[in-house]
Amino acid sequence: MNYHWNWKIFWDLTPEGSGTYLHTLLVGLMWTLATALAAWVIALALGAVIGVLRTAPRKWAERFCNGYVELFRNIPLLVQMFLWFFVLPELLPKHLGDAIKQMPPPWASYVPAVLCLGFFTSARVAEQVRAGIQALPRGQRMAGTALGLTLPQTYRYVILPMTFRIILPPLTSEFLNIIKNSSVALTIGVIELTAAARAMQEFSFQVFEAFTGATVLYILTNIVVIYGMRWVERRLAIPGFIGPAIRTGGH
Amino acid sequence: MAMIEIKDVSKWYGSFQVLTDCTTSVEKGEVIVVCGPSGSGKSTLIKTVNALEPVQKGDIFVDGVKVNDPKTNLPKLRARVGMVFQHFELFPHLTVRQNLSLAQTLVLGRAQREADERGLRYLDRVGLASHKDKFPGQLSGGQQQRVAIARALSMDPICMLFDEPTSALDPEMINEVLEVMQQLATEGMTMMVVTHEMGFANRVANRVIFMDAGHIVEDAPKAEFFGKPRSERAQQFLAKILHH
Amino acid sequence: MFGQFDFGVITRNLPYLIKVGMMFTLELTALVIVLGIVFGTLLAMMRLSSIRVLSAFATAYINLMRSVPLVLVIFWFYFLVPYIGAWIIRSPTPVRVGAFLSSVITYSMFEAAYYAEIMRAGIQSIPRGQVWAGYALGLNYWQSMARIVLPQAFRNMVPILLTQTIVMFQDTSLVYVLSITDFLGAASKIAERDGRYVELYIFAAVVYFVICVIISVLVRRLQRRIAVIR
Repeated sequence: MNYHWNWKIFWDLTPEGSGTYLHTLLVGLMWTLATALAAWVIALALGAVIGVLRTAPRKWAERFCNGYVELFRNIPLLVQMFLWFFVLPELLPKHLGDAIKQMPPPWASYVPAVLCLGFFTSARVAEQVRAGIQALPRGQRMAGTALGLTLPQTYRYVILPMTFRIILPPLTSEFLNIIKNSSVALTIGVIELTAAARAMQEFSFQVFEAFTGATVLYILTNIVVIYGMRWVERRLAIPGFIGPAIRTGGH
Repeated sequence: MAMIEIKDVSKWYGSFQVLTDCTTSVEKGEVIVVCGPSGSGKSTLIKTVNALEPVQKGDIFVDGVKVNDPKTNLPKLRARVGMVFQHFELFPHLTVRQNLSLAQTLVLGRAQREADERGLRYLDRVGLASHKDKFPGQLSGGQQQRVAIARALSMDPICMLFDEPTSALDPEMINEVLEVMQQLATEGMTMMVVTHEMGFANRVANRVIFMDAGHIVEDAPKAEFFGKPRSERAQQFLAKILHH
Repeated sequence: MFGQFDFGVITRNLPYLIKVGMMFTLELTALVIVLGIVFGTLLAMMRLSSIRVLSAFATAYINLMRSVPLVLVIFWFYFLVPYIGAWIIRSPTPVRVGAFLSSVITYSMFEAAYYAEIMRAGIQSIPRGQVWAGYALGLNYWQSMARIVLPQAFRNMVPILLTQTIVMFQDTSLVYVLSITDFLGAASKIAERDGRYVELYIFAAVVYFVICVIISVLVRRLQRRIAVIR
């Protein structure tokens, strides 16, 4: 085997003249995070609404939301990416579709990528929210009703604050997923971290250094997110209430 | 030579000592009952006999073979020591017949037909021949425990260990299991039994061992134990358990 | 609204889409289910092993695979496998490996990490007494694993294993990044050639959707039937 390792490559300048290869990777990481964070906002907002509606006592709402979740869960992310990027502009009224297609470079890929990841992840967040609400003791909802709260009030002040604390750990892993999934956006032209590593590999021919660099950056991001979320969990912890299982412990 | 010999055995979980210098023995054909409050280490002690629980100090011999010797072929030794568990531990994904024959074919190398035949013979002895094709989940607790005894007996053990065989059973099922055990004792099987069933101990045991906080506090012939236990702890325990 | 579209492009190219594209996708999925679960189970056993080196290696491998995107792993293996091949057959130059074999290796190694965590949960869900009972009857480690623990763990985990398999089936579409002709690759090649993106990507979405929904319905039915009676 005759692979020539060259770990100093990260400090070499790229032929594009935009800085060092390390800089290329870091810009890639920046786009990864920018895509993931923007999509996460959509995912959380939509996911919370859909998840709540799935538990609401309205048959039509439940059906609509089940369909929503099934739709986004049963089509590969890459195909969804193509639907947002290639197909949606064609189905919209002509002037709107053209406006989307003519957005200046990073945005023409970035916006569909964010929408795609946001909607895709919202279905998964909705699942967690529904599971979290259903894990709460039924008595909580009844207690809210018994106190004279309306249904929306019960959700807003009683059920949701508890639910979000319960589902914080699965939400953390969904957030890690959205970071990883943002790499699929490279197929429609977002130069995120994996694409940046590809670019570095193509210009420098140092394949394994480039991929090692990206791998290390992904791992570091993971670690930061995990420790960050642990901190959030501690901040939000309620003494005596960790999860639904603790409820049976008498006082 | 004793069938089971336990010499100065001590065991720790981390820094917590669960067994302290336990010494006792079971002669061939003898039935001994081990009792004591929960957490006294009796279940741990019986599991050290076939090395399900390793010990840090002391020696254990079964039929002259040192159990806690790294060179000992444990599967071979365990195949000769029958064990019955508190929660039966029948294999839920196998039928009764398969439960009976699995280890016979895998460990003893018996042919499937021979293993089935022998298994069914013991199943018949515990009165459950008609249930051979059921799954464990379709049997009552008492029935499951009788199958578990038949499973152990199919291996032709030289002695039997019972770890609280009736304490997970509903009261009305306890007797059907105790009867099978009593029958086994009268046939001369060497038995070490961890149990709270003092009636069984009184009828069947040769000796009774009382344990407390990891120590063997009392090790006496049955008559002596039930007549006048020496230690105060054993007296209190007996008073509590007999009056309830 | 669909007046400008020509869905005839799909029927005209159906043999290519199915025989070339879908066959690749299904064969890849089938092989990866088997290899992924086998490697995954071995990894889970290593992770739960009392031998430090084994459990440290398995833990590191599983965590590594689970913290990087599949797309990056696909690129890693695409370039790495020729070198591994060269190392195995002692060739001085990297070995050319076909698209299919390369994909099978990549996905098996990646999915193994996910199957491993499922199987680990499955193995841990089996009460300790079951293993004790196996040992007490004289079974050794491999016998009690193969005959007592794994069959039960596997049964308990079948629904989750199948759900993961649906995810994996969808993820095979990512071989697109290597320009491999799987089902989506075939669709996208025709889409590009004929400029029929809308028709072919909608068709691809519908096909994936129908297959995944059918499998999930079957999973739910199976779930009710397979549960071990306890």
